[in-house]
Amino acid sequence: MENLSGGEILVRALKDAGVRHLWGYPGGAALHIYDAIFKQDEVKHILMRHEQAAVHAADAYARATGEVGAALVTSGPGATNAITGIATAYMDSIPLVVISGQVPQEKIGEDAFQETDMIGISRPVVKHSFLVKNQEDIAETLAKAFYIAASGRPGPVVVDVPKDVTDPNVQVPYKYPEKIKIRSYQPALRGHSGQIKRAVKLLLSAKRPVIYSGGGVVMGNASEALTNLARLLNYPVTNTLMGLGGFPGSDQQFLGMLGMHGTFEANTAMHHADVILAVGARFDDRVTNTPDKFCPSAKIIHIDVDPSSISKTVPVDIPIVGPCDVVLADMLTLIEAGKDRPDSDAISEWWQQIDGWRERYGLYTRPRYEPSDGKLIKPQDAIKALYKVTEGQAYITSDVGQHQMFAAQYYLFDKPRQWFNSGGLGTMGYGLPAAMGVQMAFPDAPVACVTGEGSIQMCIQELSACTQHQLPVKIIILNNQALGMVKQWQDMQYGSRYSHVLYEDSLPDFVKLAESYGHIGMRVEHLDELESGLEECFSHKDRVVILDISVDEAEHVYPMLIAPGSMRDMWLNKTERT
Amino acid sequence: MRRIISVLLENQAGSLSRVVGLFSQRGYNIDSLTVAPTEDPTLSRLTLTTTGDDFVIQQVTKQLNKLVDVVKVQDLTEGAHIERELMLLKVRAEGADREEIKRCVDIFRGQIVDVGPTTYVVQITGNSGKLDSFIEALGDAVILETVRTGVSGIGRGEKALRL
Repeated sequence: MENLSGGEILVRALKDAGVRHLWGYPGGAALHIYDAIFKQDEVKHILMRHEQAAVHAADAYARATGEVGAALVTSGPGATNAITGIATAYMDSIPLVVISGQVPQEKIGEDAFQETDMIGISRPVVKHSFLVKNQEDIAETLAKAFYIAASGRPGPVVVDVPKDVTDPNVQVPYKYPEKIKIRSYQPALRGHSGQIKRAVKLLLSAKRPVIYSGGGVVMGNASEALTNLARLLNYPVTNTLMGLGGFPGSDQQFLGMLGMHGTFEANTAMHHADVILAVGARFDDRVTNTPDKFCPSAKIIHIDVDPSSISKTVPVDIPIVGPCDVVLADMLTLIEAGKDRPDSDAISEWWQQIDGWRERYGLYTRPRYEPSDGKLIKPQDAIKALYKVTEGQAYITSDVGQHQMFAAQYYLFDKPRQWFNSGGLGTMGYGLPAAMGVQMAFPDAPVACVTGEGSIQMCIQELSACTQHQLPVKIIILNNQALGMVKQWQDMQYGSRYSHVLYEDSLPDFVKLAESYGHIGMRVEHLDELESGLEECFSHKDRVVILDISVDEAEHVYPMLIAPGSMRDMWLNKTERT
Repeated sequence: MRRIISVLLENQAGSLSRVVGLFSQRGYNIDSLTVAPTEDPTLSRLTLTTTGDDFVIQQVTKQLNKLVDVVKVQDLTEGAHIERELMLLKVRAEGADREEIKRCVDIFRGQIVDVGPTTYVVQITGNSGKLDSFIEALGDAVILETVRTGVSGIGRGEKALRL
């Protein structure tokens, strides 16, 4: 066995865990680790400009590749800056290992320079965390961290490494464990066969079924099984914000997103369903509206790898704990082997009803917003144009707000791992670093960050890191001169009193800003320049482009669920409601 | 409804804070908590009492099970079980009270474990209800200090909470 220092062991273990890209930011407590990084070239380190962005980039890299993302930060402020990124990954169940430097063990508890209790401060937002106390423990701890992050319901794991543990003067034998077993941690590998049988029986008896699938289908690599099942049964499918791409967005069986800003047809179909198959979704409050009014006549089957997700907010009838892909494959096998088939008369009647809803208020049958006067750009039209120009093939990241909802509604994602956003925590600032993570995963693919003039300023410093690491992302700003989603709520609930959502002419010139970082900046203000502007933007394949699109400042996102209420209670536009 | 939940936990630094943090993070109550290593020093046994309806308790046990350091969880109140708590009381014991308190301690099968010129330290074990009753039975006697360990519990019969 080779003798290595703690820092070298840590970097070698990262390599042996399969890490190719490590996103980070150095500092005192991490210096030994950074020196070990310098001496090798197998794990590529990407220097970001802020630890939050480093974690977001690692998170998006994980979402894009299905691998575990990895980030490295120093102690104190490095660690606290990383927290927002970690919490974002935690809420969206993203496999991530975040290594934080820590002050030497003899200084812990002394309020030493750049000391913070990272284990304590990160505890509510991690799947698990480790404090490494000996050089000998580093490799095994990292192997455990990667195993925990990726298995079961994925999540972020923090490994806090005091500086003395990585001391270059102390060398110990290196061995990366071949297999990891943790006696207190045994995630489910299969669903219960009896429950699966009951679920299949109920599913086939349905007259008004809806398949409601979430981020667990995307992250659990279950899209193919889900799509096969839905096609076999000819049942309608709706995706959560996190689940978009889990079923092809342009498919006729797709009802669009459900929930707060879901489509009329998806929300209404959910409300009237008699059987709901929920897969890798967690009945989030942005989906259910008032839980006790949720889908009053539905029997619910819920497949989820995390038992604590089941019956957390809405009681379910048939719970199945297990990985979505395995359980769905088992269901498919069972249906194909059996004689029972769906009631085709009832299903075609159900489709007629759904098509009627689509025709009446559907998002895609005709514009559900006041058409443009020919000059003003509607934000919805900007997303539609983006979809057209990229032929639906771009990887899209977003920040948080109206632009995020417009992107989710109007860009039809046909593939899983094509759409990246902070669904659970709702982190403004996610979009740009996320686009960098995706671009690193797919260097030749078009990657666009759909953002707002508010969100982009939350991690705008990464424009510099884009230059350094040649990550030619496209930044599409839907610029409405305000924090649009907050303003929408102020319009709807606070008598249009715009408390602190306007910038009073303080916005930067995004074109010049792009140029100052060595990028291309473009501005589009009229509808007739929209498509050509987007085309030009994407024609610069090797350059970062900021495309600042001035959009209608008054536009709201609709439909919008009305609380308290059921899923069929929606605002359809500024004046009409169901 | 009051529940007694037993948890078998990896005896590692930070494990306890994860359990306690979970309760505050998710808004569950902890009425009492006891924890100590078991005969296997790598494991701790933790007993906590909480209140909640079936829905809440189900979530509590699921969330506890989800913690990586938690080996096993059991809701003791679901079956026949024994619950015990130990209480130490320092009471003012002067004049006629000295004899009265002594009688009361005997009735509750407690012990006086320290005798001072004006004070007793009384030790009582039993379920929490018995301990509450003893305090009530002391009547006008002056309590100077109360120390309770919190509930420990174990299931009756063959079934055991172990690896």
